[in-house]
Order: sequence, then C-alpha cells, then structure tokens
Amino acid sequence: MVKLLKKIFLWDLIAGLKVTFRNQNPKYICTEQYPAERPKVAERYRGAPRLNINPDNGETLCISCNLCALACPEDLIVVTSERNEQTKRKDLTTFTYDLSRCMFCGLCEDACPVDALELTQDFELATYTREGQIWDRQMLEEGPRPTRYKC
Amino acid sequence: MPDATFLDSTELVLNMGPQHPSTHGVLRVILKLDGEKVLGTDCVIGYLHRGVEKIAENRTYTQFNPYVDRMDYVAAISNGLGYCLAVEKLLNVEAPPRAQAVRVILTELNRIASHLIWLGTHALDIGAVTPLFYCFREREEALKIFENYCGARLTTHAFRIGGLQYETYEGFEREVKAFCKMFGPKVDEYEELLTNNRIWMGRLKGVGVLSADECKEYGVTGPMLRAAGVKWDLRKAQPYSGYEKYDFEIPTRENGDTYDRYVVRMQEMRQAARIVEQAVENIPEGPILGKVGKVIKPPVGEAYVSIEAPKGELGYYVVSDGSTQPYRVRVRPPSFVNLQALDRMVRGGLIADVVAVIGTLDIVLGEVDR
Repeated sequence: MVKLLKKIFLWDLIAGLKVTFRNQNPKYICTEQYPAERPKVAERYRGAPRLNINPDNGETLCISCNLCALACPEDLIVVTSERNEQTKRKDLTTFTYDLSRCMFCGLCEDACPVDALELTQDFELATYTREGQIWDRQMLEEGPRPTRYKC
Repeated sequence: MPDATFLDSTELVLNMGPQHPSTHGVLRVILKLDGEKVLGTDCVIGYLHRGVEKIAENRTYTQFNPYVDRMDYVAAISNGLGYCLAVEKLLNVEAPPRAQAVRVILTELNRIASHLIWLGTHALDIGAVTPLFYCFREREEALKIFENYCGARLTTHAFRIGGLQYETYEGFEREVKAFCKMFGPKVDEYEELLTNNRIWMGRLKGVGVLSADECKEYGVTGPMLRAAGVKWDLRKAQPYSGYEKYDFEIPTRENGDTYDRYVVRMQEMRQAARIVEQAVENIPEGPILGKVGKVIKPPVGEAYVSIEAPKGELGYYVVSDGSTQPYRVRVRPPSFVNLQALDRMVRGGLIADVVAVIGTLDIVLGEVDR
C-alpha cells in the first residue's frame, strides 16, 4: 500500500529533487574562475622545466653530467659541454629541451644529482604554433612568460 | 561484420561512433538493425592505438613506467601498480611496508575516482544529468590528493619500481581522512538520486544480462563478473601489496543485468573508502624504496602479475632478456576483454540499450586500443 502511494505521488523523483535542492546552496559552488583567478597548483606540480642558476653569481648549477638526457623516455633533452682546461671540469655550452614532446613524467628532475633541472609550477604552456616549443638554455633559465588575461 | 549488401528491406546498418558521445571515446560499433531492434553488432577498435607494448621494448624499465598511465587514464595509479609489481616480481624484491600502505591508499582512491567517472557518464548516457556534476565534484577532491602527492592529477606516475619516489606530504593523512569522511554521505546522495528512480530502473533492469557462465566464457572480470554472482576479487583471491591486512567485503549480486552492475559498483566505492580508512589509520614508518639499483636490470625470466583494477583484472606480463630493456611487455587490459561481451549483451535489445550497455561496460578506449 505504502509502495503504491509512493509510486502514485512520484516519491522516488521527489527524493531525487530533494538532493538537487540541497545542493543549490551557493556555498557548495566549486567552479574555478580560471583566467580571472589563477589556481594555486600543488607544490610538487610538474610543469614547465627550469634550469636553475646560482643566485649569488648567476652561474648555472648544471654540471653537464647528461643524466637527465639519459633518463628521459622521450629522449628530448640534449646537453652539450666542453672541457674547461683550467678547472678540469665540463662546462655547459647548450641545453635544449623539446617541450612539445615532453609528457611531464618528472624522471629528468629525479635523475638530476645537483637539483639543477626542475619542473616548476608554471602550467600555461599552450601555444598556437609549434614554434618556440624547443627551449634553449636562456629560455630554461628565465622561464616562460604566460599571457595575463584581463577579465 | 554485418553484410550491408544483402539486407532485408527492413534491415539497416548503422555506424555508431567513433565520434558518438556515448561510446566513451573512439569506439565504433556497427549496428545491424531491424527498426529499433539490434540484430547484431560489430566493434571496430584501434582508433587510439599508440603501440604502447612496442614502445616498452625500446625503453628501459624505469622509462616505460610513465607510459602505463596512459593506457587506462582514469585509473592511472592502478596501471602503475600492476606494472611495478610485475617488474618487482622479476627483480625478486618487495616494496617496503610503508610504500605498500601508501600504494593501497592511492590505488583505492583511484578506484573511487574511476568509479565516479563511470557513474557520472553512465547516468548522463541514460539521461540523468545531475549526478555527473556531483561525481566530478567529489572526484576533484581525490585528484587534489594525487596532485599534492605526486604533482599530477591524471597521468600520475606515482609509483616507482621497488616502492615510491615521493614521501607523503604534510597533511596527507588528514586530507585522506577528510575525504573518506566526506565521501560516505555523498554516495548516499547518489543513491538517493538514482537507486529508486523509476526511469533509472526502467532503463537498466533486465538490460544487457550476462550470466555467470557467460561471464566466465568471455573472460569478463571485475564488477561485471561480481554482478552475475561470482565472488571473485583478486584482492581477496591472491592478495598483493598487503591487501590481506584490510577488512573489506566483496559486493555481489545475482541477476547480472545493468542495474546490478550499478549496485555492485556503488558498493565497491563504499568498500574502497573503507580500505582507505583502515590503511591511513596506521601507515608504518620506514623507508619508501626497496633495494633496487639505479639501473634496473632483472635476471632473464618472465613474470605475470594481475591486480584488481577498477574495471577488472589487469595483468602485466613482462619478459626480461637480462638487459635494461624489457624483451616484451604484454598487457591484459580489463576493458578490452570485457568489450567482447558487448555483442552478446545487446543482441535482441533496442538501440537505446546499446548506450546503456556501453556505459555499464565501463570501457576506456585508451586501454582497449593501447
């Protein structure tokens, strides 16, 4: 009997509508207003790569050990270096990073023994063309300059 | 393939997909119809084929790890766990207890996230638009935990061979506990919206029935098998990664229709939250990475490990020839095997049932095509 009444008075649909109305409260809104408000990504976020420099003297931290290039599954890092006769160390000459093929797995930063290569929290890497997707040493040290949208 | 040339005047061959929204990706189903009645189907797959198994042969064991995330991309962590366990079996090492506990937490959270996507999209296919937004709202919370833990939301690359790369972050346990506490009432909410809804029941009950014997014949696993009444869950049957320590039930139903599969998956979400709650209560202290070298070079041999992924039994078969690169990696994806049963489930039904059945199969085309 109760079952029949519930069926006639559309109880199952009303119960569902109750849930909908319970969730109408504006305090449950969780939409991110993206270009207007930039979301705060996690600390460990794996975004644009950066080649760190020593803040004191502006020299690169990279020791040209080539471990990142070996670790990369997509083989997109190219490191070249030349031997410095005075210090008997390798000096970094070029460092290129093909961002168009990168899948942001983070294996390169795991491999880096001196924390020179790092994946940062910059996430706005979309472009209209493939041009400029191969980052050189200067770009890697300075970081990307994403467009700021006015809203 | 249904022959389009010699059809009866009432019969019709219709392409559903690969751009159809309810095929959940790029599945193409060729339907042979008599009016609205389905006489037969034929699946065309491969639109998302990337040759992942072949890629594995040209990568080292460590380098291949991020690629497995890209197969079942809504349950990437489960994929990573399966691959890592297989290589660990080859190396004959075991992840330390702390790593195992964190692995269980993340994998079960991923199960919840995967089932939430399934529920949202399945309900959307049937015509219930509201649950989608609620599901994605809760899934967001789980993804935030992944992002805080390993830096990515979807293709996480969370586990490494031998354990974990990252230590848990500060507030990990608090956030996970908060998620579990919040999640129970939310499942009640979804159930209130759907379980007794007459349209939902009308569309799902008795649709796409697959009996237990048929499930076994097709090799169907996961929630679809359990909805047919077979109590088979690899987490209980052959525990891995310390699942034997946790107390949980295997939800089963007996009819094996689409509605039962819905009920089983809802129960599974609750059980997953229960496992997470138990695991997060006492994460053992200790190292997070087992004794594996920087260069992973397993001895000659082969290993097969299967785990209970959200969609069913996910198997990884890795053959080593003693070098740093695997000789062969074969994946047994649950979606691909489950998809075989589509024809059996929709034959004789209506076109609208095809949509419901594809929804209930819970396929991810990245995994079907690989």
